[in-house]
Amino acid sequence: MKALFTLAWKRLLNRRASFLLTLFAVALSVALFLGVDKARTGAREGFGHTISGTDLIIGAPTGSVNLLLYSVFRMGNATAEVSWPTYQKLSARDDIAWTVPISLGDSHRGFRVMGTDHAYFEHYQYGRGESLRFAKGKEMDDLFDAVIGADVARELGYETGSPLVLSHGLGKADFGSGHENRPFRVVGILAPTGTPVDRTVIVSLEAITAIHVGWESGAKNPLSDSITEDMIRSFNLTPKTVTAIYAGLKRKGTILRTRREINTNKGEPLMAIIPGEALAELWSVTAMAERALLAVSIFVIAVGVVSILTSILTSLNERRREMSILRAVGARPGHIFGLLTLEAGLIGFGGAALGIVIVHVLVLIAGPIVMQRYGISLGGTGPGMTDLITLLAVTGASLLAGAIPAWAAFRRSLADGLSVKL
Amino acid sequence: MPSDTSSTDAIRVENLRFAWPGNPPVLDIKSFTLARGEKLFLRGPSGSGKSTLLGLIAGVLSPGTGTINVLGNDMARLSAAARDRVRADHLGVIFQMFNLVPYLSVTGNVTLPLHFSPARRKAVGAHPDEEARRLLGRLGLSDPAMLDRRVSDLSVGQQQRVAAARALIGGPDIVIADEPTSALDADARDRFIELLSEEASRTGAALLFVSHDASLARLFDRAVDLAEINTAGVTA
Repeated sequence: MKALFTLAWKRLLNRRASFLLTLFAVALSVALFLGVDKARTGAREGFGHTISGTDLIIGAPTGSVNLLLYSVFRMGNATAEVSWPTYQKLSARDDIAWTVPISLGDSHRGFRVMGTDHAYFEHYQYGRGESLRFAKGKEMDDLFDAVIGADVARELGYETGSPLVLSHGLGKADFGSGHENRPFRVVGILAPTGTPVDRTVIVSLEAITAIHVGWESGAKNPLSDSITEDMIRSFNLTPKTVTAIYAGLKRKGTILRTRREINTNKGEPLMAIIPGEALAELWSVTAMAERALLAVSIFVIAVGVVSILTSILTSLNERRREMSILRAVGARPGHIFGLLTLEAGLIGFGGAALGIVIVHVLVLIAGPIVMQRYGISLGGTGPGMTDLITLLAVTGASLLAGAIPAWAAFRRSLADGLSVKL
Repeated sequence: MPSDTSSTDAIRVENLRFAWPGNPPVLDIKSFTLARGEKLFLRGPSGSGKSTLLGLIAGVLSPGTGTINVLGNDMARLSAAARDRVRADHLGVIFQMFNLVPYLSVTGNVTLPLHFSPARRKAVGAHPDEEARRLLGRLGLSDPAMLDRRVSDLSVGQQQRVAAARALIGGPDIVIADEPTSALDADARDRFIELLSEEASRTGAALLFVSHDASLARLFDRAVDLAEINTAGVTA
């Protein structure tokens, strides 16, 4: 066995160009497969860790995935809002321990602005029940105070005390459509969480109302520029609506009943979702695409393995002489079979190992960028079971593929005997 | 596979008939022997069935009827694996040309049989590469620079001597050489046979040398013409 291993290895080294090409084909295919898998796992873990400790999310009726996406992940927009009196009624329910109102719809240089109150800092949890922590400063106190996420601070270079201007609607361009006369001040910077919170500007609910003074019609009132800060402070800034409400229950056991009662609320129609359930629904939607991607990448691996088969099969004729020499010095047909299978296995193993290395190097390099752009953490996906299983499966498949040319050589070495007519 | 040391014949063929499936017999030999340590010249033009005979003796072909006794082993009764073992332990083979495995070094080619025969590996001892170099030196290949060259860069004469060293390593009982000198010029040819015979004598190996060139017969103990002992194809 050791002798065959040595022979197979020397032969591969001798045919370095074709060996390396086939090796790279396998390595790239394995890297693609593992890359897709790691992105998938990373996305799931990232999404799953974004909210915890919240029993129900309540909003205006829409799809449960949609409500989850805009209320937690700041993706997409709410089509309708919940009125302030209804929010107050919900907060007063006996079975609800706490509520966090959130109001979305504005942006600051590409980052979402969220209006909320003190309860957010007290009750919002992510990961495994971790609460928000301040890296610098404190919660908002004044009407024009803002707390910013870690990415906002880093990307825009803000410190506590930095002024910032909030615009109505989304988009990086603040010109013309902006609320230039509503300057805010950074009072707190949150520690990184790896969730969309890092990319959010947090202000009070009243501030959201305040920045819309003069915009009640949906377009800028020409007179709004003449409204001073002091005038705004004197207005009644109680919000008319909120976008969504996070709620915690007094007793978890009542969750289904509470949800049903909210969903069948008389008066304003409402919708309550359980975050985990909505996430599961989201995964069932994305599972199709994931499966398609995985299937494609498995096919790419199959192509890689077939390229091993092809490279060995095409070399068989030129190696006929070599086989009969090996037979002459005492090799059994089984040795010939083993030699060729081993070569295929070595290429498969080497290619898969290289592919795993490529993926992990890419994760190291691209991980921080992906985290920053998409909030997906690839960091927690170090070498693991998937890599090991992939390595073994690709090696196994290569050995199997190698058995085809090996069988051909086996048959031929029986027929050829010692004399090969070239 | 222990060889029967009481047997005086290295090879004894009796009443051998062999035909490829669906073809008339190519071999029909009443009797053919090679004594231990004997150097025999077997003359056989191409198409005389010599390749088939060598394949049978070496155990890569399965005999038809008759007896092929190699060092006391009845090849007709042994399994394919057991015949492979007899060949690995007791036979050295030199081909007409292209004897060497291109991806192995010179010494790697010489020590190749040791991978397949524990007995020969044991006979060589702990340092097979040294033994390979010693054999190559005796066959006139002592230049260390030559040992580092790719085998495909060697001259045909050098390649054949490397093949001879490989056939001799580990002290096999029989060396079979199938037209090993047909690609060499006259001087190189005589020198090659001389060295091969010398080394075979030293290790006590019997030499079965096959060639179509009858003029070489003078260099051997005894000469046999395959056409005379093989009656297959002779119309009665």
